[in-house]
Amino acid sequence: MKKVIKKHPIAIRWFHWVNFPVIAIMIWSGLLIYWANGVYRLGWSDKTVLKFFPDSFYKALHIPFRLAEGMSIHFVFMWLFAINGFIYVLYLIISGEWRLIVPNRKSLKESLLVVMHDLHVRKSLPPQKKYNAAQRIAYTMVIIMGLGSVLTGLSIYKPIQFQSLCSLLGGYEWARAEHFILTLLFTLFFVVHIIQVILAGWNNFRSMVTGLDVLKAADEMIVTPLFINNEPGANRVAIAEAKNFEPGTRNAESDKNDVILEEEKIPSEDPGIDVEPGAKNSPSADENTSTEPGETNK
Amino acid sequence: MNEQMNYKEEILISDKKLRNKTIISFIVFLLLLVAAVFAWKKLLQQPKVAAAPKPLRTVLNLNENFFSNFLSNKHLAKRYPLSAAAKHVRVNGNVGIGADFDPYAWKLKVIRNPGDTLFLSLQDIRALPKTDIIFDFKCIEGWSQVTHWAGVKFSDFAAKYDLNAQTQMKYVGLATPDKKYYVGIDILSIMHPQTILCYEMNGKPLPINQGYPLRLIIPVKYGIKHLKRIGTIFFSNERPPDYWFEQGYDYYSGL
Repeated sequence: MKKVIKKHPIAIRWFHWVNFPVIAIMIWSGLLIYWANGVYRLGWSDKTVLKFFPDSFYKALHIPFRLAEGMSIHFVFMWLFAINGFIYVLYLIISGEWRLIVPNRKSLKESLLVVMHDLHVRKSLPPQKKYNAAQRIAYTMVIIMGLGSVLTGLSIYKPIQFQSLCSLLGGYEWARAEHFILTLLFTLFFVVHIIQVILAGWNNFRSMVTGLDVLKAADEMIVTPLFINNEPGANRVAIAEAKNFEPGTRNAESDKNDVILEEEKIPSEDPGIDVEPGAKNSPSADENTSTEPGETNK
Repeated sequence: MNEQMNYKEEILISDKKLRNKTIISFIVFLLLLVAAVFAWKKLLQQPKVAAAPKPLRTVLNLNENFFSNFLSNKHLAKRYPLSAAAKHVRVNGNVGIGADFDPYAWKLKVIRNPGDTLFLSLQDIRALPKTDIIFDFKCIEGWSQVTHWAGVKFSDFAAKYDLNAQTQMKYVGLATPDKKYYVGIDILSIMHPQTILCYEMNGKPLPINQGYPLRLIIPVKYGIKHLKRIGTIFFSNERPPDYWFEQGYDYYSGL
């Protein structure tokens, strides 16, 4: 048996995986368009620190002279981007999922702790629900960025028909620059996101496909009592305890204890070696139905 | 770990069931992934309509239907003070304005009906009420420049030369005298109050490279529609041929 959490509803997974290729196509076709007037740079007066983009970058990606192609793709896939994003936000609001994403009062402070943890400065993470504070801030920001891309995009697409919007964003030239900066930020988000997903590991990635988050610690909860006593028959009590254990009734206090127990025990004893013989030796019928031998740990 | 995740109900599931669920999810995921890649490749291989894959062209045309609803004579391009106008106006293209041209022999041809063509001189056009406009000229490449132009509003021109029946049609077509550059424009855009048949730039007659003697200035469109050196004007219910449309650009190209 495995203890799992239904982490990502199918709607979230759908929005996520539709968004991924659509954003990729929007950035790609946007590059084809931007090339035709690629004037942005980092620098001052005559000095250029970084040109957006160097000729070698364009050549490597075969970007030059594809403006018409870029526009035709951009102005088709913009609909998918906008509609997918709109329904996503609608879903967050209606389902209440927004509560798990929108930052709360503690998020700013806690996000620093998360960053320190990720940089290996701190060992533990602050308590969290579905997302940690840094994720809440990042995922909320990226939704706002998406809205920003739609609005800046609209005001450079039809600057005269949506003139008040365009002026609000600082006029045509500014709106174009903002649209470009948002694209850079999206790319940055994408890179950080990919790195974090790789670091978070397989279970986390799998949950965005299957929706299920498999709780390892929960297994060890069942395992933990088993290796306290390896005598045949003793397991029956331990398993009965494990079966009586109700996940829904747990509170944060006992969870904290679990975590401490886990940290204390795992380094000193290896359940993988201790449990298996005990489980196999047991003639108990209870055991066969509740925990399969060899599968209790992991 | 646990306390971080108690935002949702924890459920127990057999290993077998979990494995099956995982496998099914990943199969569906991979199938969708393959389908997406296949659809993308297929999309770009579709037969082309005016140099753009047909499905893309269809959506671009739908975009025109949708966004032309926002076009209104009340939505005007922002006007700028004279001081904002560029002294050195960018020249970006010379198709249709080659050297083989006699400006003294030039007449504007306006085809009202088959067999009914008006021939107008620059003096005829200059005789009409003059309109100035200083606006941010926008190129489809992405740059823009505040520039100063003057000429006769197309709507004034149409009223004066009795083109009421013609301007009930859907499109107007314009071409250079050598027919090498040509554009098609929807009637609403050509009748927009800021659209002018232009003969002056920065208070002086148009330079040759800006389309002397007469060019179109149409702020509600990208620069590709601002045809230089107008030779012929005609009206149609079908889309007139358009130079950049044939190269894969959006026909409407409205702003």
